[in-house]
Amino acid sequence: MSLLDIIATAMIALGLFFFLGGAIGILRFPDFYSRLHPAGKLDTMGQFTALSGIALYLLNDLSLGSVLTALKILLIVVFVFITSPTATHAIVDAGVRAGMTPWTKETREEGRR
Amino acid sequence: MSANTKPDNPNNPIDYQAYSPFKPFEPPTPPERSPLPYFFTFCVCMITWLVLSGKFDLFHISLGVVSSAIVTYTSGDMLLRARRLKGLPGNWLRFIAYVPWLLFEIFRANMHVMRLVFHPRMMDLIDPRMFRFQSRLEDETARFIFANSITLTPGTITVYVSIFGKYTVHAIDKASGQGLPGEMEDRVGAIFGE
Repeated sequence: MSLLDIIATAMIALGLFFFLGGAIGILRFPDFYSRLHPAGKLDTMGQFTALSGIALYLLNDLSLGSVLTALKILLIVVFVFITSPTATHAIVDAGVRAGMTPWTKETREEGRR
Repeated sequence: MSANTKPDNPNNPIDYQAYSPFKPFEPPTPPERSPLPYFFTFCVCMITWLVLSGKFDLFHISLGVVSSAIVTYTSGDMLLRARRLKGLPGNWLRFIAYVPWLLFEIFRANMHVMRLVFHPRMMDLIDPRMFRFQSRLEDETARFIFANSITLTPGTITVYVSIFGKYTVHAIDKASGQGLPGEMEDRVGAIFGE
């Protein structure tokens, strides 16, 4: 097992950890707006680290084919980094336009009374 | 649900005043013709073709040239707005220098949200709130990069940007929202020399 393998495996594991955090965050956070925080961004970070790890693993045997595949994976990373914030913004904007009031500590106290 | 959808709902953070007729709408001046955006679009299409196809014989490359030419002919003026080359390479280099700092910020802030997600008393730690601030960025691209950077940094989501540069941001707790506009705006502004 080469050093590159170890780094790639660590990055993929870190990415999976981020995905796990995103999934748990969606379940635990209280309302629509705060759920979008883990949904939109821990996922972006997770795919960034996991896909970079896969690209590194592919570069183990340097050939034209593996370099091209790694470049394609990097293209996916770049596209997700552009589209993910845009999609998150569109979902939040839809929620605001529909008149959804955000959850705050104050409203939680009111709900308890 | 008591929330209503009327525009005068005080909880609605959309800046409807931004559409008010205080500033008269100025129609954009027709762009001057320039080959630069077409050349740029053609190069981007061609590089994408080469990476995705992975075949470098004459047949496949000529197919790529034909498709890129068609795309450039139909929509070549949409990707790049600038009409001349002045200042563009500097902007791109400064943007590339900005990306590592942004990645580090994203990583740091991700760790913060991960700590919140796995914290047993998460409900006491979070304090979601919406707030607004006025950005001093003038350039449209700068505003776009700044808004997407805010959304990428966990703990904050850009809800709305008015055409006058007023940002509405949703933050998950106090610490996430404190840094705005702050250093990130300075760095984005430095890319475009503002």
